[in-house]
Amino acid sequence: MIYQMGEYDVAVVGAGHAGVEAALASARLGCRTIMFTISLDQIANMPCNPSIGGTAKGHLVREIDALGGEMGKAADKCMIQSRMLNRGKGPAVHSLRAQIDRVKYHNYMKFTCERQENLYIKQGEVSEIIVENDKIVGLRTSLGAEYKVKAVIIATGTYLKGKIHIGEFSYESGPDSALPSLFLSESLKKMGVRIRRFKTGTPCRVSRRSIDFSSMERQDGDSRIIPFSFETSADDLKNIASCYVTYTNSNTHQIILDNLDRSPLYSGRIEGVGPRYCPSIEDKIVRFSDKPRHQLFVEPMGIETEEFYLQGMSSSLPEDVQLSFLRTIRGLENVEIMRPAYAIEYDCCDPTQLYATLEFHKISGLYGAGQFNGSSGYEEAAAQGLVAGINSALKIKSKSPMILDRGSSYIGTLIDDLTTKGCTDPYRMMTSRSEYRLVLRQDNADQRLTPIGHSIGLISDLRYNRVVEKMRTISDEIKRVLSVNIAPSDEINSFLLDHGTAPLTTGCKLADLIRRPQLNYMILKDFDPNRPELCDEFSEQVDLQIKYEGYISKQNAQIEQMRQLEGKKLPADTDYSEIRGLRLEAAEKLNKIKPCSIGQASRISGVSPSDISVLIVWLQREGL
Amino acid sequence: MSVIAAISTPNAPGGIAVIRVSGEGAIDVAARVFRGKDPRKMEGYTCAYGCAYDGDERLDDCILTVFRAPHSYTGEDTAEFSCHGGLYVTKRILRTLLNNGAEIAQPGEFTKRAFLNGKLDLTQAEAVMDIISARGSAELKIAEGLREGAVFRKVNSCSKRLMKLLGDLAAWSDYPDEDIPYVEPEELSHELKSIREELNSLLKNYDSGKLLREGIPTVIVGKPNVGKSTIFNSLSGCERSIVTDIAGTTRDIVEESVMLGDITLRLSDTAGIHETEDIIEGIGIRIAEKALENALLVIAVFDGSCPLTADDFYLLDKLNAHRIIAVINKSDLEQRLDESIFQEKNIHTVFISAKNSSGLTELRYAVEEMFSLNEECFSTATAANERQKNCIVSALDSVTEAINALDRGEMLDGVNVLLDEAEQSLLELTGERVTNAVVDEVFSRFCVGK
Repeated sequence: MIYQMGEYDVAVVGAGHAGVEAALASARLGCRTIMFTISLDQIANMPCNPSIGGTAKGHLVREIDALGGEMGKAADKCMIQSRMLNRGKGPAVHSLRAQIDRVKYHNYMKFTCERQENLYIKQGEVSEIIVENDKIVGLRTSLGAEYKVKAVIIATGTYLKGKIHIGEFSYESGPDSALPSLFLSESLKKMGVRIRRFKTGTPCRVSRRSIDFSSMERQDGDSRIIPFSFETSADDLKNIASCYVTYTNSNTHQIILDNLDRSPLYSGRIEGVGPRYCPSIEDKIVRFSDKPRHQLFVEPMGIETEEFYLQGMSSSLPEDVQLSFLRTIRGLENVEIMRPAYAIEYDCCDPTQLYATLEFHKISGLYGAGQFNGSSGYEEAAAQGLVAGINSALKIKSKSPMILDRGSSYIGTLIDDLTTKGCTDPYRMMTSRSEYRLVLRQDNADQRLTPIGHSIGLISDLRYNRVVEKMRTISDEIKRVLSVNIAPSDEINSFLLDHGTAPLTTGCKLADLIRRPQLNYMILKDFDPNRPELCDEFSEQVDLQIKYEGYISKQNAQIEQMRQLEGKKLPADTDYSEIRGLRLEAAEKLNKIKPCSIGQASRISGVSPSDISVLIVWLQREGL
Repeated sequence: MSVIAAISTPNAPGGIAVIRVSGEGAIDVAARVFRGKDPRKMEGYTCAYGCAYDGDERLDDCILTVFRAPHSYTGEDTAEFSCHGGLYVTKRILRTLLNNGAEIAQPGEFTKRAFLNGKLDLTQAEAVMDIISARGSAELKIAEGLREGAVFRKVNSCSKRLMKLLGDLAAWSDYPDEDIPYVEPEELSHELKSIREELNSLLKNYDSGKLLREGIPTVIVGKPNVGKSTIFNSLSGCERSIVTDIAGTTRDIVEESVMLGDITLRLSDTAGIHETEDIIEGIGIRIAEKALENALLVIAVFDGSCPLTADDFYLLDKLNAHRIIAVINKSDLEQRLDESIFQEKNIHTVFISAKNSSGLTELRYAVEEMFSLNEECFSTATAANERQKNCIVSALDSVTEAINALDRGEMLDGVNVLLDEAEQSLLELTGERVTNAVVDEVFSRFCVGK
């Protein structure tokens, strides 16, 4: 029996990290938004590692924050330990990571969504999407409820036809034993969406009481904590938990090798493609058999829980094998498993079916975000959710879409990679994926993206003005520093010698000294009497922008060059096989990817520079 | 638009060659190479006599013609060097311009710019697209040919070494928690210096005339036993292929470089292309079809003593996009072949008798004529070569910059980006992207991840 349950602008299917960002963005932009979840108790659940951020992922969180997303604020509110990774390897690769209280995070996001104006949350399983003339008109739940909607964002994570494997045993399930979504896949296939199967996994959770921390290395948070969100004050943040490191050994490996035949991965029962960056422990031992030990991190799942997460020990071996190999590890000799490790298979789409707005080529108003698009990770999911939420709202309001290019952000890089090149295994963000990483740093995400977030309407005037003011203060100070001269003196020369760098024989610019690797803006304070008082964060910006000026201006020039081609837009309805002079291979690829610009077209493998020239001439002739 | 340069005259021996430089700043680039009169002070449509110099080395006497935007072929500031036509000198001048700020023109780029600058009207757009497309395909083929050469193998070895370093750096910075070996700046610098040496020696020995010397990829095709190998052997002057009367005896590709006047052909003798059930012969045919795809010249052999067969038509069908010379063999026998189809398709025909060695001179002339007066092939070959060389030059620049940055004690994130650029330059020859390749490298070599 089908019954009508009302009309909404945007429906979000799934309330994980992609779903909540999508729903919040769309509702905040004034669209009547409905978010479906199979269980209200799973909103923004963290079914894997209890942390947010990390290399390149920390960049994503800061970018989400600058565009007006929620993840950064939530992470700051729920963090129990924070570290800036890669200090000492250069600012391009500095990455913020926080350990998170999992239950608190879920509560924070659920409560935020519940209080959000225009946002309605429903527990239910969406089983069918209704499309008329290739356009979204509504959806149905498994109970028969029908909702009229203008846009649907699919953010189903690992729920879509989810199947959990533990050793010889397997069952249909979402993550953390939630119910799976059983029917939606078929509905999507009927609409012509290409679906495929990926696999991921998570290690077991163990009880604090059963761990001997005294024989592990302890890892504490930073003394000076830097928040994710521009709106969070660092003074509010405190480290209240520690993580620990221990190692596997040859006994661990032997037990795993002896039981490989009981792993569904090795016996062929799992058909999904697993992520290369997140191998199970059995994978690591088989593929890197020469490594005598593998490291694992023991991380708290929160404050009001005894559960600990064992990072590095993802496995699909049977529970009894898990227990026996864990007990060979130092500090885990008496360990008690609370939740066993499992592998999970799920349905997802081929993201080359999407535009850079995350809307499907073929179905107007249908968007995909998160693991459904073949990515992996909370931060990657949240970034896409935000972009899909923003673009669905902009479309409903007949405004031009937000497309972030590779020169603007890691978010743009992530989406360009997914939609232009696709992925053959779950996609994880890495700093090496960005060619512009000296410009796209985590420390300047606010400067890069707040103006965009503000113009879309997700960033308040107040916050925008604070960012503008910050940028002005920094650039004024850089201008001042560039004109400061330093004369040679005994004082400066003995200072320089103390710091292992050459003394001055003639006068020089203060900026030249700052550029010396042994020195920086901060320590030269005493030789710069007219310096204004700046906070640490601003001083670091001045230092970094002067030190890296050469690289930054070079990369900016490359970005400028890239943008010239990015600005040449290709119409979505172009049939490339009709364009004279394009090679067959190029026309096929272009028809498949449907690039939004000449720039995107030029990154498609199999499209040559001559094909691009032909396209440019064709655009001109068409007067486009 | 950026400054581009190319040789824009055909490879006519003894004539005058023109090297064209166009784009914003073209005249400044010309001024760095030309001595006689300062081109920057020359008005449009004027010329001056002087010399082209590479630094202090005098290359050739030249007449330099200056065109000021919009009054030029491309509609941009343009300078044209007219010099003494020798292959070596012409290419030296082009190379010098490239070293002084010009980029090698993409296939059909002068025409494309003329069009984009409104010098050609809209109705000519399709013709422009055809030119770009034809030259693009030709260059692609040549580039593929280059990939089989020794230079490419050396570039590849440098690229692999760089990729290993990039993998080390990426794993080290993307997986700070894993026990990944620390990247030591001294070791990095040491390896980079060795790569720099390799790239340097590669450049020193780089000969941009190589492709023309090594030859234009040419295949001889035809149905079995039509006399392909006999023609191959008489062109190359030695017996390499097994020549028998049994159809289907050439199963591998035999290659030979053949000089015809100024032109060198890299000649492949292939198995006859036709449908077969013989497995081994089938393999030979597939290899032949692949060679056909990569060829710039096809010598298609037909048997004059019998009418065209289904295999012949099958072959003619496959040849549509090629530069073809149809050779009608067995002119010593009674002629039963209807040659009107060749006239219809505008294919040059030559009659020979491979058995009596008659008509071979005519074949040589036909080949020579087709190529020596063909601008397209010469300039595309030069461009493909120069592009390859350019990739090596810019990789070398980036590696050198990275070594200097390391010596200054800079952080590795900046050095890493320079190495990315170096690797991207080398990968340009295969069309790969460095960001993707590095990720693959990390996952194949390191045990990383949660």
